Amino acid sequence: MLDFVLKRTLQMVLVTFLALTAIFFLVRLAGDPTALFLPPDAPKSQLEEFRHALGFDRPVYVQYTDFVWNAIKGDFGESLSTRQDALSMVLARVPATFQLAFSALGLSLLIAIPIGILSAYKRNSIFDRIGVAFTVVGQAVPGFWLGLILIYIFAASLHLLPSGGGGSIMHMILPTVTLASYSVARFARFTRSTTLDILSKDYIRTAKASGVSVTRILFRYTLKNSLIPVITLVALDLGALLGGAVIIETVFSWPGIGRLMLESLLRRDFSVVMAGVFFVAVIYSVLNFIADLLYALVNPQIRY
Amino acid sequence: MAQAETGMHPVIRGETAAKKKSRIVQFARLLMKSPTGMIGFLIILGFVFFGVAGAWVSPYDPTHTEFSKKLLPPMTDGHILGTDQLGRDMLSRIIHGTQISLIIGVTTVFFAGTIGTVIGIITGYFRGWIDTVLMRVVDVQLSFPFILLVLIINAVIGAGLRNIIISLVIAGWVVYARIVRSEVLALREKEFILSCEATGVPRWEIILKHILPNLLTPIIILSSLQVATFIIAEASISFLGFGVQPPQPAWGNMLSEGKNYIFSSWWLITFPGLAIVFVSLGVNFFGDWLRDVLDPQLKGK
Amino acid sequence: MSTNRTPILEIRNLKTYFDTAHGEVKAVNGIDLKIYEGETVGIVGESGCGKSVTSLSIMGLLPKPLASIKEGHIYLGDKDLTKLKDKQMRKIRGNDIAMIFQEPMTSLNPVFTIGQQLSEPLKQHTKLGKKEIRERIIEMLNLVGIPRAEAIIDEYPHQLSGGMRQRVMISLAMLCKPKLLIADEPTTALDVTIQAQILELMKKLKAETQMGMLLITHDLGVVAEVCDRVVVMYAGQVVEDTDINRLFDSPQHPYTRGLLKSMPKHNARKSLLNTISGSVPTPNELPVGCTFAPRCPDAFDKCWAKRPSLFDLGNQLSRCWLHEKEDAEGGSHANEAVTRD
Repeated sequence: MLDFVLKRTLQMVLVTFLALTAIFFLVRLAGDPTALFLPPDAPKSQLEEFRHALGFDRPVYVQYTDFVWNAIKGDFGESLSTRQDALSMVLARVPATFQLAFSALGLSLLIAIPIGILSAYKRNSIFDRIGVAFTVVGQAVPGFWLGLILIYIFAASLHLLPSGGGGSIMHMILPTVTLASYSVARFARFTRSTTLDILSKDYIRTAKASGVSVTRILFRYTLKNSLIPVITLVALDLGALLGGAVIIETVFSWPGIGRLMLESLLRRDFSVVMAGVFFVAVIYSVLNFIADLLYALVNPQIRY
Repeated sequence: MAQAETGMHPVIRGETAAKKKSRIVQFARLLMKSPTGMIGFLIILGFVFFGVAGAWVSPYDPTHTEFSKKLLPPMTDGHILGTDQLGRDMLSRIIHGTQISLIIGVTTVFFAGTIGTVIGIITGYFRGWIDTVLMRVVDVQLSFPFILLVLIINAVIGAGLRNIIISLVIAGWVVYARIVRSEVLALREKEFILSCEATGVPRWEIILKHILPNLLTPIIILSSLQVATFIIAEASISFLGFGVQPPQPAWGNMLSEGKNYIFSSWWLITFPGLAIVFVSLGVNFFGDWLRDVLDPQLKGK
Repeated sequence: MSTNRTPILEIRNLKTYFDTAHGEVKAVNGIDLKIYEGETVGIVGESGCGKSVTSLSIMGLLPKPLASIKEGHIYLGDKDLTKLKDKQMRKIRGNDIAMIFQEPMTSLNPVFTIGQQLSEPLKQHTKLGKKEIRERIIEMLNLVGIPRAEAIIDEYPHQLSGGMRQRVMISLAMLCKPKLLIADEPTTALDVTIQAQILELMKKLKAETQMGMLLITHDLGVVAEVCDRVVVMYAGQVVEDTDINRLFDSPQHPYTRGLLKSMPKHNARKSLLNTISGSVPTPNELPVGCTFAPRCPDAFDKCWAKRPSLFDLGNQLSRCWLHEKEDAEGGSHANEAVTRD
């Protein structure tokens, strides 16, 4: 167990380090960074001054070691637009993004798992066919467009819900539903195929032979058995969820990390982007780690 | 797959022209039997048609602005899908957007597929340090949200059609590399490869003549799904203000412009979105059908 | 045969068909079977003869909607199982009739402990409390010869060996003291030494309880060990029904004789194993005449033209035209309405 935690932590550090290195060189190699930060029509003297002030006139390897050293200390520099510490700006947006991402994850599991299990059980029935059609169409609908359509229906036409912003439960409904739609189709499709697989297992026949009822088989046996692959899928899907959050937060003006990163990208405020990348890489690794622990929890055959 | 497991060479080589033709007929027959596959095929056919012949079939110039005719609802004044905030014809813009999506879909899949396949073969077949290094890179990339990666790369290298393609390729090749590598790892343990190695067939010949043909099925299946992923990704990035820039009409930036008029003009956000849904639905339908036909073991999964 | 008692289970003219893409497949095509209290009946036959489908028909576990009982009755006491609703059937499964399956490695759920799985039938069919359930399970685990039952109850299947798992499966089946135990190839997947132990255990349980047992197997050695009576099936029909001694001493049906000949003998290790030539016909391509005729060494013209019915030979039933002459002298057909297709 300790070995496992240690190994995963090292892995996390490595991944984060490589991600930061990649983004550092991407930004540096893409051209003169000062040109990215300043408007194209800035006078040359201002460029030079800016370059010197930020240390961009030093050799790249010096800048790089400097960057890494500061990053270890959690210092990604100041935001160029607000002069605030970049990492604290990112951290301030964390609660909003987590709120959105986890309620979306919860909602999509809540919808997808029962649909998946039932359509596997009622295989080829009308319910199953509708479910399958729904998941196929769901996979083809881009999340941000669904968001726009929901805004049009519920905010613009029916005036039932706010079209954007944060603060109340009402504000959460549309972004949550939209973000959940990213995963619902995939989860449902996956749960269905896993359940079909599990229902054909010998131990389900054993349970039936002991007189266990269908509902109990479906929601106690199959659920626990299918949780193992579903957890893996959720872990794999976290990327899509976090990535989706960037777009969905923009559509609904949700004050999360995604919107902050997009705004920073548009403003070429790369210290904030770096801090954001750092945070996303760390959080993504941590969530994957948690998924692995959960995996061990439901599958007795795995012990770390 | 079943053949591969018995160690036989699964790809029948030396097909005659007649055999190839009969295989096309066979595929066509199979396609006729599957309604969703057929729908997918027709949608793709339409997609390619409008993508290639868009300039000739669109009723108006997609960038021609006419303020007196701005925000016309659908079916007015000869504008079937209405006009946007600058009075440009929506239908013509969507048709031109088709061309951009088609270019994106084809080129990204081609380049990401080629790079990923080459790297997948090298790492899977030769293993060693190069495998370790490249797979680390793949791990790092996969541990970061795809769309966010595309967005950052695109923001750094700059917007525009060419740059969004480059960004998608940089972010997208890893999926191919990972899948091709695992296929190659499995293939190189098969008897027909081992026997080639034992009889001293040169490595490049083994790769070209024996490994590559057997990778075609998984690559085709993956590509059919990646096309939709890339098209949606481009639309998302363009929607966010990067990627393809106005006035060039891409579906994503049309939605981005249209969202400001969401309270008054529903058609601005509806039709470009529907175009994306149709195309990715068609590609998915066709891809699913292709997977069932090429790899029957996966059927129903 | 103890004909004056009422049987625990009586199957009358059971027909179970599969609906497949290639048409209807008659997997079980009109079989009759009785099992009495304390009696062990073996169903013997090659794979595909319909023996497992028979057991699934009794349990009501046929794969729906693919397979269904088209005709016939299965009586458990005075209840006709073919007429029961799902819910009523569930009260019988694991309670009155229990079943042991072939693959102990996969028949237990990997994510639940032994105790959790064994408590299922007790939860379903009794009103016992948690503590009583645990006691009962430990008692049963001891009975089937599992050492350290108190510890095993909290372990997971993957921590046990194949033989232990099959013992767990047997205890699972025995928990509610069923009237009838169906064992479908219970030893096939086990090592030879473990096989012997499991057979010993089944004999012991049989001696200690009054339950009837239906043993499904292709292995005549297993039959010789535990069965009182044997039903030989071929292509969905009973071809011979006899007590265990007559099966080995005077088998009547050519197919039974073939099966016996193909048994490996201890003292003939070096000689070639006898086999019955050919293979079981697929149920949807049965010949017009006797289903065994294409493989039968004794087949004559009539065998090809008309399907025989079961002939009553006193203490033995056999579906073969060879008995026609004896039958005409000795008595009537076992079953009057047996001109089955």
